[in-house]
Amino acid sequence: MSGDLLSARDLEVTFGGRNGRPDAKGVDGVDLDVASGEILALVGESGCGKTTLARTLLGLERPSTGTVTYDGSGLGYGAGALRAYRRRVQLILQDPTGALNPRHSVYESVAEGIRIHKLVERKRAGGLRVTETDLVSDALSHAGMRPPERFYLNYPHELSGGQRQRVVIAGALALEPDVLIADEPVSSLDASIRGEILALLLSLRERLGLSVLVVTHDLGLAWNIADRIAVMYLGRIVEVGTTEEVLAAPKHPYTRALLSVVPEIDQIEPIVLEGETPDPTRVPSGCRFHPRCPALARGEAAAAGVDGDCRTRRLPVLPATGDHRAACWLPGRLGAS
Amino acid sequence: MSELLELRDLSVTYRTRAGDMPAVRGVTMSVASGQSVGIAGESGCGKSTLASTVLRLQPKNARVDGTVLVNGQDVQTMRWGHLRALRWAQAAMVFQGALHSLNPVQRVGDQIAEPIRLHDPSVGKTEAASRVGELLEEVGLPAARARSYPHQFSGGQKQRIMIAMALACRPQLIVADEPTTALDVMVQAQVLGVLTDLVRDLGLGLLLISHDLSVLGTTCDRVLVMYAGRVVEEGPGSGLFDRPLHPYGGALAAAFPRVGDPVARFAPIGLPGDPPDPRSLPSGCAFHPRCALATAECTTMDPPLEPHAGDRKVACLHADDDRDMKLLLGQRVAAAGEAAR
Amino acid sequence: MSAADVPGPKALSARQVTWRRRMASAGRTWKEFQRHRSGVAGLCVLVIFVLVAIFAPVLANPEGLLRTKATGAVLAGPTSTYWLGTDEAGRSVLTLLIFGARVSLLVGLFATVISMLLGTVIGIASGFLGGWIGGLLYRLTEWFLVIPFVPLALVLATLLGSSLYTVGFVIGVTSWPGTALLIRAQTLSIKNRPYMERARVLGAGNRHQMSKHILPNVMPMVFANTTLTVAGAILAETTLSFLGLGDPSRVSWGTMLDSAFNNGALTLGAWWYLFPPGICVILVVLSFTLVGQALEEVFNPRLRDR
Repeated sequence: MSGDLLSARDLEVTFGGRNGRPDAKGVDGVDLDVASGEILALVGESGCGKTTLARTLLGLERPSTGTVTYDGSGLGYGAGALRAYRRRVQLILQDPTGALNPRHSVYESVAEGIRIHKLVERKRAGGLRVTETDLVSDALSHAGMRPPERFYLNYPHELSGGQRQRVVIAGALALEPDVLIADEPVSSLDASIRGEILALLLSLRERLGLSVLVVTHDLGLAWNIADRIAVMYLGRIVEVGTTEEVLAAPKHPYTRALLSVVPEIDQIEPIVLEGETPDPTRVPSGCRFHPRCPALARGEAAAAGVDGDCRTRRLPVLPATGDHRAACWLPGRLGAS
Repeated sequence: MSELLELRDLSVTYRTRAGDMPAVRGVTMSVASGQSVGIAGESGCGKSTLASTVLRLQPKNARVDGTVLVNGQDVQTMRWGHLRALRWAQAAMVFQGALHSLNPVQRVGDQIAEPIRLHDPSVGKTEAASRVGELLEEVGLPAARARSYPHQFSGGQKQRIMIAMALACRPQLIVADEPTTALDVMVQAQVLGVLTDLVRDLGLGLLLISHDLSVLGTTCDRVLVMYAGRVVEEGPGSGLFDRPLHPYGGALAAAFPRVGDPVARFAPIGLPGDPPDPRSLPSGCAFHPRCALATAECTTMDPPLEPHAGDRKVACLHADDDRDMKLLLGQRVAAAGEAAR
Repeated sequence: MSAADVPGPKALSARQVTWRRRMASAGRTWKEFQRHRSGVAGLCVLVIFVLVAIFAPVLANPEGLLRTKATGAVLAGPTSTYWLGTDEAGRSVLTLLIFGARVSLLVGLFATVISMLLGTVIGIASGFLGGWIGGLLYRLTEWFLVIPFVPLALVLATLLGSSLYTVGFVIGVTSWPGTALLIRAQTLSIKNRPYMERARVLGAGNRHQMSKHILPNVMPMVFANTTLTVAGAILAETTLSFLGLGDPSRVSWGTMLDSAFNNGALTLGAWWYLFPPGICVILVVLSFTLVGQALEEVFNPRLRDR
């Protein structure tokens, strides 16, 4: 597994229940790998724990059990270790309007990380002759803001939504990271801008060899840019595989349902699940999806003789690497093993 | 088919400190009973302004030209008392921000009953309660939930309650402005299902506003695409989404790619540039600065909306019935990707 | 990543960029401020008072403050030599008024600086840090807030002795809690904005977040609040001086009112001794308030649109 840059093993994140309510498990046992130069989409509905997982990978949340490793070594939570880690793994937030300080110009927003990490001094110590302006200019050009110096003095409110997101991306790129974690990077942008930002993420991978973890609820987005997909439901990854495998031949009934309600796909009879993602304070027994599972409701599970397992037997955590697998008791879903 | 809603050459201009800002520029359209019509477009294209004029809910600084007819009556000029009777009873609106527009300390049943009893004071309490039960069941919620408070519902359920409230006075027309924007795909499918059932079972007219052309393409009988205050393409829902004829329609359709479509794989399609500032629109076709097909002619001539084959209308000099704009854009992006490699 | 592909002549250094940005921002603020007539009027009055305070020795002979060198009659009304009459020692009221402006404004500003520093630092720290430190600072703020001002100021002034700076200090340390609460509330709301999360992910520590993100965002509020606090401080100085706690060796508007009162200006009908300092206090306080309100509207877009 030499190619794996960022990995999570047995990750659990628990939020203390307030006002006497029980603890909620935002992330409930996850193994995940992001390989070098890979674009991985983490897909799920709101409340499934995908944002919590992303924040934990960034070191913004501390896991209650399990580990996050980066390039083979475990993530430390001391101030110095985290700061060093920030240079390697960066975040792109959903709403670029909120993510930029309205009182900072484009130049200052992009230069912020450079100043925090004293990158200019470091590079000069390494014998490179650079100025802060060079680094800011490079980052903005990489993010597609050309010519960069035209935007230095602009404030966020003078830019369009797409340009703001490019500034946020430039601010992350200025640190020359290896991994970008993008939380719904286009969901607050206009439809015609979406493609441009997604194309930018793809080209960053091509040109700079970046790995990208895209957190999204949008399967079309995953199809657009992702190499692999991990589908999350109620704190667990329930299906993982290459994008073609997962979206063309989904194994988990939940993935099938999700796919069937994507409006673009009218060939499939939509399977509309009742209700919303259930409460993470009360995870159902057995398979966590069984109360909403169409395969169980239609008797598919009973026909295969696994309906008892569905209701009572806990499923193993899906391994992070290897073949296309789904956390489901139906025959052939859990993979070869 | 009787026309429930008719807009004739509607223009809306906002008068602001920085000068006049045209939001809607000459839109003509109609909605019949039992028909669902969708309006697609990006933020600032005028689609929400258009929706607000149907019930005369536009802001005070907006000047409205042209006619808005609901059931043949001119909404913009009618007397205030008449307008109040028309709101709710003939046409009702479902907003995007529904999740926050329910009163948190009142039972949802009482909130749904409020417009019923306001409009017809002769309706008794028990009669209103039974109507509320029916309405909840129409939107797929158990009648008993009328006694619950808003916080006991999820986001999608609250949106259904808002739909039930809009249905309270049996309107024939529903205007829904981005009713599913804040919702997850699964919940969006539930809410859209409720709306399409209502159109089919009760013969309502539905005007659905959304930025997501894929939603409209699968939900609506007819779809209009707006750009910079103007309709640039109009056609049957699925036909338009599958094979857009206008380059902007193509870009909107491509923004939500078909999963499994090999053209879209590793080739997200976007438009360069940004939507224009309504205060200083480009000359000629407002779309030409972002258009891949623009020619010199496009910078001077603003093409009118002209009929095309298959009951469609397009406002583009380069529209060709045999050319699928989505596919064309996809091929261009793919070719550019190959060249870069 | 090399310097080679960066366009040379057009590129600006970081300092130039920051400088231009500041100038542009100040220009915008000034333009917006000019639209508030009451604020501009207040500012004009303030400028006049400040000029008078600065050029006091030019406008009036400092010797006129000395009781021993007083030349006029005792408590005489306005004449052509003494435009505003004389006090109980025969000094010109106008001279006293001019030099009194110096002391009153100085004490007011000194007190405000202390109050603003304390209020801003404690407000940001208690809002941002949270935990037991934040809680403790919050309790401290509340504790100071509920103590009545006059008794506390009386006790402190008596303990520390009466001098110009003591009075300023006393007013400063008793008037910060209001500012602190305001800044704390603002800090709490800024703390949860997405750009704070972005800063954390970029690797920013607490100090960076407080100084680069929170402080610039609360600064306009601090600024607007400062002018309001100056008004309060000048009033407080007048109050303390009137109660006999001012610096006896210096003349301020407050001490003028005090001695006018003690020497029976009221019963003798010596209005020229009572009114001028009173009107000056009212004018300055009103002007600061008007400027403060205008600034508040300039800096707070939500108020602006109303």
